[in-house]
Amino acid sequence: MVDAAPQPKVKVSVKDLAIQYGGKAALSGVNLEIREHEIFGIIGPAGSGKTSFLRVLNRMDEMTTGMTFTGTVAIDGRDVRAWRNLYALRSRIGVVFPLPVGLPLSIYDNVALSPRLRGIRSASDLDEIVERCLRRAALWDEVKDRLQSLGSLLSGGQQQRLTIARALSQEPELLLLDEFSIAVDPVTTMKIEDVLKELRSEMTIVLVTNLVQQARRLADRTAFFLSGAFVEVGKTEDLFTGPVTDPRTREYVEGRFG
Amino acid sequence: MFEARPINRQNQTIERIWRGVFLAMTLVLVIPVLVILGVLVVRGGPMISWAFLTTEPTNGMTEGGVLPALLGTIALVLVALIASVPVGVAAAVYLSEYAADNWLTRTINLAIINLAGVPSIVHALFGLGAFVLFFQFGTSILAASLTLAVMALPVVIVSTRESLQAVPMAFREACWNMGATRWQTIRTVVLPNSISGILTGVILEVSRTAGETAPIMFTGAAFFLPFLPQSVYDQTMALSLHLFVISTQVPGVPDGLPYGVALVLVGIVLLMNSVSIAFRTWLRGRKKW
Ligand SMILES: Nc1ncnc2c1ncn2[C@@H]1O[C@H](COP(=O)(O)OP(=O)(O)OP(=O)(O)O)[C@@H](O)[C@H]1O
Ligand SMILES: [Mg+2]
Repeated sequence: MVDAAPQPKVKVSVKDLAIQYGGKAALSGVNLEIREHEIFGIIGPAGSGKTSFLRVLNRMDEMTTGMTFTGTVAIDGRDVRAWRNLYALRSRIGVVFPLPVGLPLSIYDNVALSPRLRGIRSASDLDEIVERCLRRAALWDEVKDRLQSLGSLLSGGQQQRLTIARALSQEPELLLLDEFSIAVDPVTTMKIEDVLKELRSEMTIVLVTNLVQQARRLADRTAFFLSGAFVEVGKTEDLFTGPVTDPRTREYVEGRFG
Repeated sequence: MFEARPINRQNQTIERIWRGVFLAMTLVLVIPVLVILGVLVVRGGPMISWAFLTTEPTNGMTEGGVLPALLGTIALVLVALIASVPVGVAAAVYLSEYAADNWLTRTINLAIINLAGVPSIVHALFGLGAFVLFFQFGTSILAASLTLAVMALPVVIVSTRESLQAVPMAFREACWNMGATRWQTIRTVVLPNSISGILTGVILEVSRTAGETAPIMFTGAAFFLPFLPQSVYDQTMALSLHLFVISTQVPGVPDGLPYGVALVLVGIVLLMNSVSIAFRTWLRGRKKW
């Protein structure tokens, strides 16, 4: 399918990124590029700095006491520090958390919240967005008859898809998923994974995962973080079978670590 | 296989003992409340009548009703409510939702907690200096209510802040990540889910001010007034001060009268509290998570 593609466009470029909490280093030495319309995986053991990395991409450091970062992170070639209006930056970056967060609003309002925040008022437009996003997140059929019931009362797996629908309602250019399947059953996980594969054509996806096989199934390229250090980035398949620059990467993906 | 081992039995015994201890303490707490209420009802109850609530005291306050004091207390509490709630809630929103966790915020928080511990007579003197003299409101409902409001503020702030912080952080983070501003987040998620707690705290605190005597004594409450106040710049009678006066300052007061006044005062506080409880129950029914 892929023609002799021109050099793929870089969506996010990260140079010498280091992240600190209260002056204490949490992650350092990150140099990587995330390409447009790819699923970019990030793997690494607990505490290696994956979530912190995502928080820098949408500048949530600004909302987090003590969190600072150095180096440059550019989205579409523009330094994330250059945004004067961070709400504008965040509104185009969807985020899905490890534990699903259905806001204590109706299912409808959960998905309509972001469109409303950016000024969409017309009921028919909102109806249309809500239905489209819920369909895309593979949740529509389960909730279409109870859109007015509380989002926070859905089951965990449903709430996680609600979170994805909410992220999609932002019409994001960048979708950040942080271990989204941690509280979700395997069937739902597979459903969501299928959704992600489709979404790739519309947006760029960063997928942090604890399941190396999930990265292998989904990610085009993958970065490996290890206890606060960026180890390497490469084609996902290469990390499993190809040449790796650091032997620890292979040990990690093969599950013989320690 | 699941037989109780000695340690299990021992734990169960200890569990029962603790349960008993806590129950006993609760009963100890309830007894004085019941006794007070009982005495008030038994001795003050016969005083209460429609006429008692709707006529003025007569004959050197030894006869007649409590109307001016009752209305005065209601006016004082309402004006105090109007003055303290917007400020207190806004301050709590700032401290909980906006302020960075730095030394300044911590100092302010500490100051608020200490302010809550200041004796009411000190508030009274502050109110006298600030509202009666400096702002020249004179001894008036306005000055007295503002004094009560200042006294209620720290507690309003603390209870509001606690209700706000009971809203899970994850909800805020989810909103912020969507590009919502702090205010949008507060409006759509934080306030709707803390409003019942906020209102309960506020009403409880303000109804407490209904019983205060010292802060209003120098600032706006009168010993005896033969007329009803016409504006917030007038002095007023108040139930708490009236009770103090007829119990200690006026000769020839019939035995039951102070109990009757006290019963009206307790009744009005209970009324306000039950409004807040009913409201909270109603809101809880719609609790969102
Ligand atoms: N808000 C915070 N304040 C202080 N330290 C933090 C904070 N958040 C994260 N850290 C620290 O930063 C380091 C990286 O944490 P991070 O959450 O990014 O790891 P992670 O790779 O996402 O781990 P996990 O797989 O368990 O989610 C950890 O040592 C953690 O203790
Ligand atoms: Mg994490």
